[in-house]
Amino acid sequence: MFEILKKQELNPTVTLMEIAAPLVARKAEPGQFIILRVDEAGERIPLTIADFDREKGTITIIFQIVGATTEKLNHLKAGDHLQDFVGPLGTPSHVEGLKKVAVIGGGVGCAIAYPVAKKLHQLGCEVHTIVGFRNRELVILEDSFRAVSDKFVMMTDDGSYGEKGLVTNALQALIESGETYDEVIAIGPLIMMKFVCKLTEKYGIKTMVSMNPIMIDGTGMCGGCRLTVGGKTKFACVDGPDFDGHEVDFDEAMERASMYKDFERHQYEETCNLFQKEVH
Amino acid sequence: MANMSPKKNEMPVQKPDVRNKNFDEVALGYTEEQAVDEANRCLGCKHKPCVGGCPVAIDIPAFIGKIKERDFEAAYQILQKQSSLPAVCGRVCPQETQCESRCVRGIKGEPVAIGRLERFAADWHMKNAKEAPAKVPSNGHKVAVVGAGPAGLTCAGDLQKAGYEVTIFEALHKAGGVLVYGIPEFRLPKAIVQREIDTLKELGVKVDTNVVIGKTITVDELFEDGFEAIFIGSGAGLPRFMNIPGENLKGVYSANEFLTRTNLMKAYTEDSATPIVHARKVAVVGGGNVAMDAARCALRLGAEEVHIVYRRSDAEMPARREEIEHAKEEGVIFDTLTNPVEILGDEHKFVKGMRCVRMELGEPDESGRRRPVTIEGSDFVMDVDAVIMSIGTSPNPLIHNTTEGLETNKRGCIIAEEDTGLTTREAVYAGGDAVTGAATVILAMGAGKNAAKAIDRYIQGK
Ligand SMILES: Cc1cc2nc3c(=O)[nH]c(=O)nc-3n(C[C@H](O)[C@H](O)[C@H](O)COP(=O)(O)OP(=O)(O)OC[C@H]3O[C@@H](n4cnc5c(N)ncnc54)[C@H](O)[C@@H]3O)c2cc1C
Ligand SMILES: Cc1cc2nc3c(=O)[nH]c(=O)nc-3n(C[C@H](O)[C@H](O)[C@H](O)COP(=O)(O)OP(=O)(O)OC[C@H]3O[C@@H](n4cnc5c(N)ncnc54)[C@H](O)[C@@H]3O)c2cc1C
Ligand code: SF4
Ligand code: SF4
Ligand code: FES
Ligand SMILES: [Mg+2]
Repeated sequence: MFEILKKQELNPTVTLMEIAAPLVARKAEPGQFIILRVDEAGERIPLTIADFDREKGTITIIFQIVGATTEKLNHLKAGDHLQDFVGPLGTPSHVEGLKKVAVIGGGVGCAIAYPVAKKLHQLGCEVHTIVGFRNRELVILEDSFRAVSDKFVMMTDDGSYGEKGLVTNALQALIESGETYDEVIAIGPLIMMKFVCKLTEKYGIKTMVSMNPIMIDGTGMCGGCRLTVGGKTKFACVDGPDFDGHEVDFDEAMERASMYKDFERHQYEETCNLFQKEVH
Repeated sequence: MANMSPKKNEMPVQKPDVRNKNFDEVALGYTEEQAVDEANRCLGCKHKPCVGGCPVAIDIPAFIGKIKERDFEAAYQILQKQSSLPAVCGRVCPQETQCESRCVRGIKGEPVAIGRLERFAADWHMKNAKEAPAKVPSNGHKVAVVGAGPAGLTCAGDLQKAGYEVTIFEALHKAGGVLVYGIPEFRLPKAIVQREIDTLKELGVKVDTNVVIGKTITVDELFEDGFEAIFIGSGAGLPRFMNIPGENLKGVYSANEFLTRTNLMKAYTEDSATPIVHARKVAVVGGGNVAMDAARCALRLGAEEVHIVYRRSDAEMPARREEIEHAKEEGVIFDTLTNPVEILGDEHKFVKGMRCVRMELGEPDESGRRRPVTIEGSDFVMDVDAVIMSIGTSPNPLIHNTTEGLETNKRGCIIAEEDTGLTTREAVYAGGDAVTGAATVILAMGAGKNAAKAIDRYIQGK
């Protein structure tokens, strides 16, 4: 069992938790993830390691409430325990040797992008961060990003905070203004990553993306997380989750992510009913 | 009086049209009367030909002799000298090609039902034995075991009984290996596997689930943490695909994924949070035990039609005969001499069919089996909405990639001495599917046993 040491609601749909997991904290690197189960009947879900503290033996996760399991997870509080918590899984992000990078985060993807930006900053790399949210209420991690960024651009779809527009608009503006990057790192919804890649392809800038297909074991045992990258089948949990975005078949990945939509919607409704009952 | 019936006592089973709708165990087990009657078919041959067919050399006439005498506990005690998982092996061993294939009663008629008797004695013990296993005082030496499948469990049990402090590290949230994530409930009830694991824990074995060796901790770090020797029993869990068009459509699974969702995550139960595709018509590609298990699970999940699609003929199918027969009785359709070439999707990228070609058998290939060759112009489309690829697995490279000096062969199998399991790294031993590639429970268990002996010799000799 893994104790929840801290819980903090970052916005109405995104929650941060700090979990006691000393073995995972000992080895965690930016770009890696964990798999957890909330309870004995629970499914296994992957979440990125948003931060870690080797000394305290803790792992920070930041999750968006999108369905049954994240809803259940969000009903736990500090002092409660998770049934299972395994990691660190996946290959760490390659950050060594980069001099100037644009880090792009979209929505909850910012939780995944932040540890990478932080590590780049620690390694002395010049970091330009562009983050995008639907509106002001959903903004997360702004101060954290500012602390590790040499340049920081906030975008919202509706213009309620920062500039109005998409992250791709901001990236294009920076490039057009003469900024050059060794690499762009884009993490967010598949559709956002796809369009960032389209843009950077035009400018010939290498772009890494973090893929999040449906996973179970996270060790290469099931092949459920497979993607097509450069025409070859890759298992995201062991070969990734980071891939060269110009090689990824995003359309296929988007289709695969929707495989269990009906089941998931049903589960989500059931879970919500369950909690409403308890509230009464 | 010896029972000279040429036929085995039949195994009571759930009726095919009942069992193909539930996940309860298919074979119900002998009653005491049936067991004694079957035991009386054994001639107690002095030269024990059957024992030569058992990879761990169980003293078969001796344990059957005790069943004849109705001393069922004594029968179990004989079994457990060689096998730490008799309730499992009695159920899943390919007896027909092992012990039973050498039985003299098989010359004229059917061999003695050794496996069924083994299961009977082990089940009897589970139901009736009360005494907790005696804990052995620690000798102060620590050994780590990687993987909680039959190889790891056996190695850990034997070492703990010899006084070692053993910790098993298991990547999944549940111990048991293929016994819990692969082989379905209806063939091997998970409660039986859990009993075996609980017994090990009572002996003092520590089981740390949620630890991936090579990720959470490396082999080298285990040595730094004070383990003096390591046994790797990490299995052969990496699934193979055919690399044909359409394999990433929604509704295409590896057998591992399909079985893990079904068995480990219990997707067949009402309250499981893990989804699975409930298909109308399913094609399972392959002809091994794994394919049979996947096909029979698919039926139980409610499919109207389940096809086994196999490129050779019925005779070459590597699955156990019993499993093939059970699958046929339950309604699985066998499309042999058939090979998929493409999976077809609908506009939402769900599977809607599978293009196949008919095959015929040509000259024998290097495996000695006749090579299947495509019949030109024979392609046709099967109407299916899910496809399960069950064409084999290989060892996961995770540990090899993170352990300096641990060598593997061309097929990715860890190189280890046959008798001891010693790898190319000092104090690192390995066995089971990780060394042989996908094989059997009993071989994995035997490898775990041999390695336990070798580890004991190594540490005592230091
Ligand atoms: C490597 C990786 C890292 C991730 N990191 C984060 C993170 O830091 N923060 C965060 O909020 N989300 C992250 N995700 C996504 C997260 O796993 C899903 O949002 C979560 O599993 C949804 O579960 P649910 O039951 O609440 O929702 P559901 O309603 O069951 O699913 C909603 C959607 O989430 C996806 N999903 C469902 N089950 C899984 C699964 N087992 N594995 C992966 N995706 C699934 C599907 O596309 C599905 O349509 C990550 C995914 C991966 C693969
Ligand atoms: C569906 C199916 C049906 C089968 N039917 C039969 C049958 O009827 N009869 C028969 O004799 N055999 C059968 N087999 C084969 C048999 O199950 C295997 O040969 C046997 O389980 C191998 O045992 P093992 O201990 O070597 O590995 P496994 O049982 O594979 O166990 C390996 C364990 O190691 C864990 N692991 C892997 N990597 C790591 C890591 N890096 N760190 C920590 N843990 C790790 C895995 O999670 C797993 O729990 C079947 C196999 C399958 C898949
Ligand atoms: S362990 Fe398997 S091969 Fe050996 S006697 Fe028992 S059933 Fe036969
Ligand atoms: S060969 Fe058959 S009859 Fe002879 S001892 Fe073995 S099981 Fe009994
Ligand atoms: S999640 Fe199973 S192989 Fe990646
Ligand atoms: Mg879910």
